[in-house]
Amino acid sequence: MALATQRVDVPVIVDESKCLEKCTACIEVCPLDVLAKNPETGKAYMKYDECWFCLPCEKECPTNAITVQIPFLLR
Amino acid sequence: MDTQWMKTDVLIIGGGTAGTMAAIKAKQANPEGEVLILEKANIRRSGAIAMGMDGVNTAVIPGNSTPEQYVREITISNDGILNQKAVYQTGKLGFGVIQELESWGVKFQKDAQGEYDLKQVHRVGKYVLPMPEGKDLKQILTRQVKRHKAKVTNRVMATRVLVKDGRAIGAVGFDVRNGDFVVIQAKAVVLCTGASGRLGLPASGYLYGTYENPTNAGDGYSMAYHAGAELSNIECFQINPLIKDYNGPACAYVASPFGAYTANAEGNRFISCDYWSGQMMLEVWKELNSGKGPVQLKMTHLDEDTIAEIETILWANERPSRGRFHEGRGENYRTHGVEMNISEIGLCSGHSASGVWVNEKAETSVPGLYAAGDMASVPHNYMIGAFVFGMLAGTNAVEYVAGLDHVDPDPEFLEVEKTRIYAPLTRPSGVPHTQVEYKLRRLVNDYLQPPKVDNKMEIGLRNFARYHETLDLMGARDPHELMRCMEVHFIRDCAEMAARASLYRRESRWGLYHYRVDYPDKNNDEWFCHVNLKKDDSGNMVLFKRPVEPYIVEVDLEREVYDVAVR
Repeated sequence: MALATQRVDVPVIVDESKCLEKCTACIEVCPLDVLAKNPETGKAYMKYDECWFCLPCEKECPTNAITVQIPFLLR
Repeated sequence: MDTQWMKTDVLIIGGGTAGTMAAIKAKQANPEGEVLILEKANIRRSGAIAMGMDGVNTAVIPGNSTPEQYVREITISNDGILNQKAVYQTGKLGFGVIQELESWGVKFQKDAQGEYDLKQVHRVGKYVLPMPEGKDLKQILTRQVKRHKAKVTNRVMATRVLVKDGRAIGAVGFDVRNGDFVVIQAKAVVLCTGASGRLGLPASGYLYGTYENPTNAGDGYSMAYHAGAELSNIECFQINPLIKDYNGPACAYVASPFGAYTANAEGNRFISCDYWSGQMMLEVWKELNSGKGPVQLKMTHLDEDTIAEIETILWANERPSRGRFHEGRGENYRTHGVEMNISEIGLCSGHSASGVWVNEKAETSVPGLYAAGDMASVPHNYMIGAFVFGMLAGTNAVEYVAGLDHVDPDPEFLEVEKTRIYAPLTRPSGVPHTQVEYKLRRLVNDYLQPPKVDNKMEIGLRNFARYHETLDLMGARDPHELMRCMEVHFIRDCAEMAARASLYRRESRWGLYHYRVDYPDKNNDEWFCHVNLKKDDSGNMVLFKRPVEPYIVEVDLEREVYDVAVR
């Protein structure tokens, strides 16, 4: 099976300057489990584009580092 | 890849509305008993009410309505096909649930006299109780689960119920983060996995832009089926009037008591009642196809204070991103009607009637297996119904397990299931789950979206039956992708059930939910019954009629026809 990698606009945006390296609050509450830590920077990012734009990640972030946009196709 | 073995008395699969309540009630019934919630997300923010709820839709409060009146209302709106005894439970026990939730800190709207401030949204009675401060519902429930010392295992997804000698003895699944194979032995199993909310493809084309929490992929429908349980009214699809593209509620249940209403493009009413029913959806479908659309939820005529209050409720609860959706398009309730669309199909007894067959004790047709919430076939059950049936499942399961021992699962079954689960990981370059799911759900739209046409549904069914071959091409690179792959298996099962049940009932009923072009009329002589389905001993999906249980509340269905058209 030949696979291509495509670019995709993701809904969850993390402000890396505010994201705390030791905190996993957003990752723990995401119903779809789509957030992860970038192993190189220790910052959270949206690893899988599977979003219900439901907002627990944004609400539970202690430093307001997260902004959830409406997914592009719905926007 | 390790194997984790767990043991519990009562296993609850899914820690949403019904599941958390089932756990709490099981522990209240027997504090010594072991209760485990298995949740593929995190119970703090999982299920349909992950971000709370803006109101209760089935509140039967003494002094305002009676369980008998409520049963009448639902009997008429569900065209007579229901187990009244089960619906009665929601009417009878819901008030106690509301009081208990209040004692835990959940706030319901009261009037100046301190009485529950009920609103009329249904055709006749007042059953809607606003919860403008309902956003923390799930955290409150989570706290009670911990306080009652029920165990919780997050991020483990169940794939099959274990059955031996015809009774449920546990479940099997995997950890969606580290990939471990998980086997749980239990004396009773409660399925509370929510709706089949990822069945049709949203018009936006975004796989997760669904009305239901997209984690609810029909897991319990499929697991109950493979455990040998009966499912019921599957052809009574869930189809909702939703904000176009956003695909969430607008929400008329909140806004119509304030004076908002559903209108056509000319601003005229065409339905007399905003309560969601198949009959109402048929009127929306007719209006959209008559050239008088688009359909809108109209609030532009309301005063500033009222609109501001509606915004405060709608933008804080249930689907709080509604506000930024409208903002992004430069629209707001003062200047624009909310454009509405007919959703893709799903299965959900919380809103319609499609679910796993249960009686008034939340028992399925498999001993030791219970079901509650959106996936249990108790029509129009909504959130309070999920709490009530969670409560019934939890307490009855505790009673059932008394004196029972754990049973060892069949090692051969475990091996076969392990191979099935992990197959996508053996082909990491296989077709991505996103593409396999997109095509499957696009086929659901093409062939099952009502109006239902025989020839189209037959083609759909052939496609779904053959789709096993496509599932075998799916590849996953990590446990997360594996979770999504196994959800596609559930979706395929639900699609086949939806096609077969729709073909079996040769009449039209429930408005748009089961509107068949080839059989456009209701036929009570032949079809005043449930259509149930199950997996037979040779592994085939069989369908059969199940008589409607004798009514406990008299309703004259010849005289009382549910009709909400404005003519």
